[in-house]
Amino acid sequence: MLEQITHCLPLRLTARNVVLAGLLVLLVLALLSVVKMELVVNGLFLGAILALGAIGLTLVYGILKFAHIAHGDFMTWGAYIVFFLLGSVLPHSTGFGPFTFGYSLFIALPLTMMAVVATAIILDKAIYQRLRRRAVNTVVIAMTSLGVAIALRGLVQVIWGGGTEQYPRLSKPFYQLPMGVKIPPDWIFIGALTLILVLALYQFLTRTKMGKAMRATSDNLELARVSGINTERVVWWTWAIGAALAATAGVLLAVFQAQLFPVMGWKILIPLFAAVILGSIGNPYGALAGALIIGVAAEVSTQWITPAYKPAIAFAIMIVTLLLRPRGLFGVRD
Amino acid sequence: MSLLEVNGVVAGYGETEILHGVSIVLEKGEIVTVIGPNGSGKSTLLKTIVGLVQPKKGQVSFQGDDITSMAPESIVRKGICYVPQSSNVFPSLSIHENLEMGAFVRTDDFRPRLAEVYGLFPDLAERRREMAGRLSGGQRQMLALARGLMLDPVLMLLDEPSAGLAPKMVASVLEKILWINSTGVAILLVEQNAREALKLSSRGYVLASGQNQLEDRGQDLLENPEIARLYLGG
Repeated sequence: MLEQITHCLPLRLTARNVVLAGLLVLLVLALLSVVKMELVVNGLFLGAILALGAIGLTLVYGILKFAHIAHGDFMTWGAYIVFFLLGSVLPHSTGFGPFTFGYSLFIALPLTMMAVVATAIILDKAIYQRLRRRAVNTVVIAMTSLGVAIALRGLVQVIWGGGTEQYPRLSKPFYQLPMGVKIPPDWIFIGALTLILVLALYQFLTRTKMGKAMRATSDNLELARVSGINTERVVWWTWAIGAALAATAGVLLAVFQAQLFPVMGWKILIPLFAAVILGSIGNPYGALAGALIIGVAAEVSTQWITPAYKPAIAFAIMIVTLLLRPRGLFGVRD
Repeated sequence: MSLLEVNGVVAGYGETEILHGVSIVLEKGEIVTVIGPNGSGKSTLLKTIVGLVQPKKGQVSFQGDDITSMAPESIVRKGICYVPQSSNVFPSLSIHENLEMGAFVRTDDFRPRLAEVYGLFPDLAERRREMAGRLSGGQRQMLALARGLMLDPVLMLLDEPSAGLAPKMVASVLEKILWINSTGVAILLVEQNAREALKLSSRGYVLASGQNQLEDRGQDLLENPEIARLYLGG
């Protein structure tokens, strides 16, 4: 697997690159000695959640070639569906094992993933597919998805109101880690679930026929079609994976923040796009790396500047990437 | 019944019409070259045959079946593979995965074919785990041919397989094409290196401004002074 990953990167194991990597590690160590470790850890967990959103966003961009602005609101939609299921459908439960939430979340999450996938496929059938067939400019499709984003958020507000909500929870003590790092037990769940989903996605993309067909379609749609790949089916798979990951990201964000509100996904859109661009548009592993970098950078920045500017950090990273290396960190020339 | 019959095809992109009634015929096992100046519609002809461009008029039939308005993903199942001039590999996929995509529609065991293709292109076999995006222009062209072969095609449509290659690579590509043909695969070739291509071909078509100008045996086209002056560089 390591060999395959290094093959995906535009880097070779040359002496120069080894030296550069060494310097980078030194730089990171130097930064770590100044930076509060707790902020780095916070950033990694936030980055993991961002990654689930960003991977879906980058896959959708790779296949459908438009910026899916409603992706953040898919997250919100997922978070609220879980809120509904926990509050009104499933038995009330809290404090499962070390976590604040109850066992019901484990039932609600897969159901919600399915619901958000259904939403995405219905939207594609009703809107995006029609626009594709008419060969509409992708900017128009992106603007349409902005409309979908606003409509979806409106729907959330109509159903659940505009206030802040919480999943049923039971307070639990934090874990004490070395170097003065304290983390809420729920974050173990966040980290583990993200890891499982990313590994599953990696297996899907590299081992299955549909996964390879997705990557091929993302590389070159026409060549995919003349190879016999049914690209409309690839589109549906892309929506399904993107929506399932977005739903999970939304729920994990609600767990992470210990609250949910109608603009939670919308507010995270800039960091998502920053992660996608930093990691090279269309590259899911790049999106993962980009999201972790953005997450850590945003959290660490709060050591010196007010937390209100966190989204601005992501925005700044996005602008700098576009200016210095528009292909992103993992861009490959065609 | 000919293997491929293109009959009075009118096609283009959007409002722009590029082919104004082109007809060609290809028999089983033949190599046929289409030559003509830039913009004469050679590439559009190949794209129309393979379904990427929908013709407004005319007919395309393959082995007696009408494939005129079929989608590319269905046409490939008939055994037609198309190798575009550029962007003809999947750059972020490994060489091996590119070949697997070439066999995408095959439901049988294609491992013997894979071994055969690697035997024909030993350079690719050595680097099978590398990303195709890292290959040089000539190697990409080889991979594009190899990808096409994975289908075990009846007909290969090759759009300028030697464009932009060093002379040594050109010879090597043409040699592979001859070998492929010797296994019974019919080949429709569009070439800038018209002289070299016509030498391999049983017949050739001259296309100009989206219309048939001439059809003749490859050798006769080479010896035709008019053709030599206009299309073969003197």
